[in-house]
Amino acid sequence: MDILGFVANLVSDYTLRQVAIGSAALGIVNGVLGSFAVLRKQSLLGDGISHAALPGIALAFLLTGSKSSLALLLGAAAAGWIGTLLIIGIVRHTRVKYDSALGLVLSVFFGFGLVLLTYIQKMPVATQAGLDKFLFGQAATLLRKDVMTIGILGGIVLVFLVLFWKEFKLVSFDPDFAFSLGYPVRLLDILLTTLLVVSIVIGLQTVGVVLMSAMVVAPAAAARQWTDRLGVMVAVSGLFGALAGVGGALVSSQAARIPTGPTIVLCASAIVFLSLLLAPNRGLAWGWVREQVNRRQLQTDAVLGDLYVLAMQHREPGHGHTIEVLRTMAHGHGGVDRSLRVLKERGLVKESGAKEWSLTPRGMEEARRLSRQWRQTP
Amino acid sequence: MTAAQIEIQLIACVVAVACALPGCFLILRRMAMMSDAISHSILVGIAVGFFVIRDLNSPILVLSAALTGVVTVSLVELLTRTKRVREDAAIGLIFPALFSIGVILISRYAGDVHLDVDAVLLGELAFAPFNRLSVLGRDIGPKGFYLMAGILLLNLLFIAIFYKELKLATFDAGLAGALGFSPAVIHYALMTIVSITAVGAFDAVGSVLVVALMIAPPATAYLITDSLSSLLAISSLIGVICAISGYWAAHALDASIAGSMATMTGIIFIATFLAAPDRGLAAIFLRRARQRIEFAQTMLLVHLYNHEGLPGVERENHMDHLHEHLRWRPDFAGRVVGDAERKGSISRDGVLLSLTERGREKARQAMVG
Repeated sequence: MDILGFVANLVSDYTLRQVAIGSAALGIVNGVLGSFAVLRKQSLLGDGISHAALPGIALAFLLTGSKSSLALLLGAAAAGWIGTLLIIGIVRHTRVKYDSALGLVLSVFFGFGLVLLTYIQKMPVATQAGLDKFLFGQAATLLRKDVMTIGILGGIVLVFLVLFWKEFKLVSFDPDFAFSLGYPVRLLDILLTTLLVVSIVIGLQTVGVVLMSAMVVAPAAAARQWTDRLGVMVAVSGLFGALAGVGGALVSSQAARIPTGPTIVLCASAIVFLSLLLAPNRGLAWGWVREQVNRRQLQTDAVLGDLYVLAMQHREPGHGHTIEVLRTMAHGHGGVDRSLRVLKERGLVKESGAKEWSLTPRGMEEARRLSRQWRQTP
Repeated sequence: MTAAQIEIQLIACVVAVACALPGCFLILRRMAMMSDAISHSILVGIAVGFFVIRDLNSPILVLSAALTGVVTVSLVELLTRTKRVREDAAIGLIFPALFSIGVILISRYAGDVHLDVDAVLLGELAFAPFNRLSVLGRDIGPKGFYLMAGILLLNLLFIAIFYKELKLATFDAGLAGALGFSPAVIHYALMTIVSITAVGAFDAVGSVLVVALMIAPPATAYLITDSLSSLLAISSLIGVICAISGYWAAHALDASIAGSMATMTGIIFIATFLAAPDRGLAAIFLRRARQRIEFAQTMLLVHLYNHEGLPGVERENHMDHLHEHLRWRPDFAGRVVGDAERKGSISRDGVLLSLTERGREKARQAMVG
């Protein structure tokens, strides 16, 4: 399908539009909340919450017998929340460490969820089908009312975030300071975690419990590369989340047998990869370029310095030296030819007839300045 | 019990023990979530390996999957070392990406071969007895059992041979490095073992539940013991208990065996958390209550001692005065006095309290120490 046709389809096709809006909304909310999770070193908490939500979904279905998304979401949120509190409780009251507590709660809740799911599947009721879409997500099943639920819950989360912006910022970066100012740090902590739970839960139907954690971590980790300001990071992260959500959901709804969750996650991973590589300042590619530029600069300076040392050892300043001598003095660091060319262009060295190099008066000046500078820097 | 039931339980036990052993080191080294990452990303190895050799039972598949596990660990380290993201975020970025690739490959191209996405999550322990291994035409048991028994043996050998090195590198990586045991080599050896175990167990219990079997039994044992060798032994035992009780729970509910094994590990953890002899919540609660009484008793003795032989002693060392002076509620004061009396530290004349010689000695000690 060509892009124009695709866009036309997006505008005209009702289902496709639902899918796009729903996944954009959940991408934004998770990107925003994920920023806080990543900054608070809770990247993997999302993994715990989303897995822990599974038994909640199954229990909600068993208790209410309905597959209405609100009931299932409530169950998921309750279970995710209990899982989080358990993790915190285990860490506080035993000597089991955070990572073990997280892995334990995550896998045990998920296992219990699978028990319930397989139990439900064998019940003699016809309506149970479709719960397993919560494992890997299925954007194509998003209905109008699901999208409404996502939008409303996501909206509430964002409103809370705006209301408590200053407090959350403070608690995320310096909880001790926040405490000393008299903020209820524990309470804010729980509130922020609760918002994270809600934002994860609204993505479960689309992305699935297994991979939902990536929607929390990936957009935020990508956004972190582009900025050092929290406000910008949160906005960029929301944007990335929306991009990944829409991109993944649309691709998977276009082709047969491509599960939605993994596709969204791959889109998000691609964004992370590009950001790590190309983001200005923190990008690895720019780092590499900077390193090359610096290395060349140092090589050039070193050749100039070597010529200066040689000039000091000879009576007449115009005495020429072969390139071999300079290469030897460079201790195999290379770039001698290039450095000489650059220095010549800058008028700092001159080449005599017999392929011998020496400093020009200006080069002499520059070399003295450099050597003073080197002596001063420790 | 039918033969198949016994075989399933046997495999479940072997899987549980094989997972628990490396799991002990994971929780001690604070790398529990690495098992989550590895157990998910080996799916890519299995998928790619399957497309290359087109045989789900080939041992090459196990190797390629285990290799993926080690690659995951090094990718996480590589990403962490760029200092652009923290380690937890690196784990959270790498394994979902790899797992996603695996899931897409399988659901798009593997079609209806018996490698499907459900099996990835659930494992297929219930079907394990159908896949037989025969030697010279004679049926000698389910293949899964021999695979896992082999892995268990490998883990046992690894831990037995490198016990000292593992212990040292786990508890004091710096010292291990200084003594010439490269912590990096030990780290990667352990990660290889975890990967191989995860691949083997993956077949039986699925990816997420590998994590339960690796983390929960050692975490439970960690609440009970302080020694590495008993940590290994107790967590293996807990693994076996979970395997067997999990099997029967699943049998009763007609539900996923792997899921119910994981649920059992959780139940046993919670039970231990509440009732562990020294570190359980109940034990802590009892100890605190006892300490409260003991402390109060010392205060009482010191109080009596201070007023002994001074004017106003009748008023100060009066039973009803404790409420006012030490701010104790009458029932609490009654308990403390009763306890002190039983221990022979004070004697009571109606409502007037006085120290015995022993009580006096104790009060003096409390004031000096």
